[in-house]
Amino acid sequence: MKEMILDYIRNEYLDEDEVDDVDLDEHTKLISGGIVDSFSMVSLKRFLEKKFVISIPDDEASPEAFDTVTSIMALVNKHLAKKGA
Amino acid sequence: MACDYEQLRRDVTWDVGKKDLGCVDGGTVNIGYLCVDRHVEAGRGGKMALIHESHDGSLRHFTFRDLQQLTNGWAQFLRGTLGIRQLDRVCLFLDKVPELYIGFLGVLKTGAVVEPLFSAFGEDALVARMQDSRATAIVTQRRHISKVRKAKDRLPDLRHIIVIDQEEGDKKLREDEIEYRMMDHRADTFAIAPTFAETPSVLHYTSGTTGAPKGAMHVHGSVFAQYLTSKVVLDIRDDDIYWCTADPGWVTGTSYGIIGAWANGVTQVVLDAGYSSDRWYATIERHKVTVWYTAPTAIRMLMKDGLDPVRRRNLASLRHMCSVGEPLNAEAVRWGYEAFGLWFHDTFWQTETGSIMVTNLPGMAVKPGSMGRPFPALTAAVVEPKTGEPITEPGKVGLIAIRPPWPSMMRTYWNNTATYYGKFLNGWYICGDQASVDKDGYFWFCGRDDDVINTGGHLVGPFEIESALLEHPAVAESAAIGKPDPVNMEVVKVFVALKPGFTADADLELDIMNYVRKKLSPLAMPQEIEFMDKVPKTRSGKILRRVLKAKELGQPIGDISTMDDD
Repeated sequence: MKEMILDYIRNEYLDEDEVDDVDLDEHTKLISGGIVDSFSMVSLKRFLEKKFVISIPDDEASPEAFDTVTSIMALVNKHLAKKGA
Repeated sequence: MACDYEQLRRDVTWDVGKKDLGCVDGGTVNIGYLCVDRHVEAGRGGKMALIHESHDGSLRHFTFRDLQQLTNGWAQFLRGTLGIRQLDRVCLFLDKVPELYIGFLGVLKTGAVVEPLFSAFGEDALVARMQDSRATAIVTQRRHISKVRKAKDRLPDLRHIIVIDQEEGDKKLREDEIEYRMMDHRADTFAIAPTFAETPSVLHYTSGTTGAPKGAMHVHGSVFAQYLTSKVVLDIRDDDIYWCTADPGWVTGTSYGIIGAWANGVTQVVLDAGYSSDRWYATIERHKVTVWYTAPTAIRMLMKDGLDPVRRRNLASLRHMCSVGEPLNAEAVRWGYEAFGLWFHDTFWQTETGSIMVTNLPGMAVKPGSMGRPFPALTAAVVEPKTGEPITEPGKVGLIAIRPPWPSMMRTYWNNTATYYGKFLNGWYICGDQASVDKDGYFWFCGRDDDVINTGGHLVGPFEIESALLEHPAVAESAAIGKPDPVNMEVVKVFVALKPGFTADADLELDIMNYVRKKLSPLAMPQEIEFMDKVPKTRSGKILRRVLKAKELGQPIGDISTMDDD
């Protein structure tokens, strides 16, 4: 899951010439670090919902919840668990 | 202290701004000089001008003397090395780094015209603006260079691509790209161009319902209005720490994040980091911000996080708070009072007006949800849409209109004089917004008078989005509207009819969203896509956005006799 999300962020939100400059890992600040803005968060949310077949309520899609790949994975796992329950 | 509006109407005139800045009729006026060198010459060179906090928390400090030397060095490079001439257009395509602020003022010192571009713009948004302005140079960062490279072949007038953050070990720049690190070049002197009040200064592009974005051309004399409104409305005083959260890619970020602030010689804070409520409160606490100018979208995002994060911080330094970008709803104003013990003072203006037009003034009784009253130095009204006659009946809706001239009004739309003249009616400048005025003279916003989408305080043109959508291989027809949103006022919703052979599914939806985001900007990215067989149009082919919007809002569709129903 981690690599899939990181790859998506690399491909969709970083410019070609930026990929070499940004050291992207699961702890990198995405929203507060200016890599993904609050408007683009919607497309990231849509990607997660599509890829993991989950539905993330809008009030859970906060800048804090999307700020690192680690926090995103926690959110996705929560909804995967709900789905499985 | 209570505000005596009628007294202000008598005392506050544009000439006060001109006089305070030491300018005289017919004399030279240069924004770069007035914002920087004037303070150094008056013995205030050691005063802190800019406290810059980057996303990793690191700080950089710049005094007015630093700004003077750095803007001089930059201006020398532009004029001496690159041969930038007066009135050439120089684009700044930068994040909120110190170089953006230095770059802006340095360009103005040379007499060239500065064209700020929001750093999240995609290549098509760059091309639309730079082709129209025939920009000579663009200043950017490594992280944005690929967008410039993609746009370059469509920009025959672009002679210089300047990269400000190339470091040893970075991938080499291309042959036609210039490395220039502003911080390494200081100069004590520079022969500032002898510009005048009517000399073009800043070119800001703004979106309309139809056609490409239009360049609102401002002049150096705009500083008289930006200085005065900063002083009177934002209540900026010499010992303040001021934080304008706007990005100088947009007009608030230049009129009040650079010009108005520094013409008043205030110390300002810039936070170059994405949004987070805790980070914002930490910024106020860390720098002891006293005056805060922000936007309704941000305030509503702060509201969503509740009062706990506010209570965890010491925000007692705050003295005055203002808001701009879209109407500030009454609930947000009341929440602001509960959270900070202060009112958010809503201000209304737009790219074309260059400075605050209708506003809540310090000390004035705030009516939550109202835009306030006209800035005391000017005359504003709501007028009948057809005749331009002022409406005197309280509560009756009309168009917001300002009586020209005022110092910061745009002088034209670049390359589009006809549209500029179309903005006037019966001797009034028509803003394109609907409002009413109550019996006390307070203005109340009702909505836009056109199809322009106001999202997060920024105007996005539906035509630009529809044009980008049509370039997507799957899209046959498209229409874009603003859909009401509790945080952003509106978000972009698009209606799409697909070409034969394409199927509407989640993959395609995401692909279309990202396509528009990269081509134009995250603001223009559709937050919702509705697939339909056919987009409603008139028989002459005009997209019936009002029909789609009425359907979206559950309102009556109105007259559809001109609709093509084949």
